[in-house]
Amino acid sequence: MLEQLFSDIGIIWAKYGTVYLTGIWNTLVLATVSTLIGCVIGFVCGILQTIPCAKGDNLAKRFFLKLLRIVIRIYVEVFRGTPMILQAVFIYYGMPYFFGMAFRDIWTVSILVVSINTGAYMAESVRGGIMSIDAGQFEGAKAIGMNHFQTMLSVILPQTLRNILPQIGNNYIINVKDTSVMFIIGFQDFFAVHKMVSGAVFKYFPSAFLEMGGYLFLTLLASFLLRALEKRLQGKGNYELVSEDQLVMTAGTYQFSGAAPYEEKSRDYQGEKP
Amino acid sequence: MSDSILEIRHLSKTFGNHAVLKDVDFTVRKGDVTSIIGASGSGKSTLLRCINLLETLTTGEILFHSESVTGGKINQNAYRARVGMVFQSFNLFNNLTVLDNCVIGQRKVNRVKKDEAVARAKFYLKKVGMLPYINARPAQISGGQKQRVAIARALAMEPEVLLFDEPTSALDPEMVGEVLDVMKELAAEKMTMLVVTHEMSFARDVSSQVVYMADGVIVEEGPPSQVLVSPKDLRTREFLRRFLGE
Ligand SMILES: Nc1ncnc2c1ncn2[C@@H]1O[C@H](COP(=O)(O)OP(=O)(O)OP(=O)(O)O)[C@@H](O)[C@H]1O
Ligand SMILES: [Mg+2]
Repeated sequence: MLEQLFSDIGIIWAKYGTVYLTGIWNTLVLATVSTLIGCVIGFVCGILQTIPCAKGDNLAKRFFLKLLRIVIRIYVEVFRGTPMILQAVFIYYGMPYFFGMAFRDIWTVSILVVSINTGAYMAESVRGGIMSIDAGQFEGAKAIGMNHFQTMLSVILPQTLRNILPQIGNNYIINVKDTSVMFIIGFQDFFAVHKMVSGAVFKYFPSAFLEMGGYLFLTLLASFLLRALEKRLQGKGNYELVSEDQLVMTAGTYQFSGAAPYEEKSRDYQGEKP
Repeated sequence: MSDSILEIRHLSKTFGNHAVLKDVDFTVRKGDVTSIIGASGSGKSTLLRCINLLETLTTGEILFHSESVTGGKINQNAYRARVGMVFQSFNLFNNLTVLDNCVIGQRKVNRVKKDEAVARAKFYLKKVGMLPYINARPAQISGGQKQRVAIARALAMEPEVLLFDEPTSALDPEMVGEVLDVMKELAAEKMTMLVVTHEMSFARDVSSQVVYMADGVIVEEGPPSQVLVSPKDLRTREFLRRFLGE
């Protein structure tokens, strides 16, 4: 039995090995690129959704922010609430239908579909990640005059990224597997190779066996790399105390502009008005 | 009155139908060290948060160098950069080192050059005795140390006024002293400060002015020798008696 299986695998590998490898490569590239773009979409949505909207703001700003939130909400609900296979068909055939332009490149449309789909999930993860950061850090930033975007980029999102890394990993692994639905529009991923090869040589099980191994290899590798990344983002567990005399030189180079630090200001407040 | 930095005029703040501050009038002059005392819930924190525009005022206005900061003409972030705030819960940035906590605001808000920002951060970290810890992260230092870094972070912006909201209340007793020492040093250097505190010794010995608040109004204000020693108002007397346990 097992001998038969391995000899079959040997036969199809000898003939189609490079095709399988190309398939694996395509799957890997599509999943990786789309997950990265999806993360960017998710983070952008997260920043935009959390722009504070105070009662004192003018009407136009409040209207715009409200609209923005609604648009993002619709995006998330639509692309999280429909199957990706259908989204692929929808976009692939919808574009020529409405805009008269077909996709010349199957890569472009595939990356587009998977990115948009991933972005919808990531937007929610990022929103949750931002909400889990304690309000004190937002206030700390606000109190020294940082604006929303500065606060987000320098303080909040780095922490959010670290916190939602497991969810990004989840999405990545899901993408490695689920990009297989892109065969519907003709994308040559790893699974598409199985359909083609097994149809040609009628060795369904050996090919499926190969595929299982291939996917598992990809996802295990992804898990491993993500763990390593998580550890790196965790930062150092300890720190070096810096002795005073090492520092006198650098600290001593700073000169006050005036005689007493708080009385004579080098910068006049007047100069800061917008 | 040319030396007044902050003027709070007819400030009221309501949350829903709860009037937390009622028509508060109050002036901060250059070099003043003002202690705000009062019972829990009297609106002390809300007053400070209003001054730093962390809360929107319901009515009234705040003048900074005689210009309204609440009228929408002044850039609020630029104003906040000139008015520092130190919180009870430190509110340090957890993803940044001690040094970067003190550098980031200078870089992003004041657009200071990198080496200048670093040098200034180190200067103030040295002042609060946290220079050796520049590479540590907030999670790796004690509460008192965090608060001293938070003070350095505020100082590095070189603000004209520093607001403190119960800076020692979240600290273990043995760490209170190190933070108060830093604040005393700042007071001696004529830093303008507005301090909500339950530390009566600080209010008495360090501040030049004491404000007693109750139920959202300023009941009494004046030099500590007057407000703390011979208060005019009955409520102040009552509060002090209870507080000092006499
Ligand atoms: N965001 C808010 N929403 C509703 N009510 C609030 C809010 N913030 C404060 N309050 C109310 O305002 C009142 C004053 O609160 P504040 O925190 O200013 O008191 P405080 O004088 O600082 O007290 P403490 O000494 O306990 O810190 C309290 O009754 C509180 O419940
Ligand atoms: Mg308070």
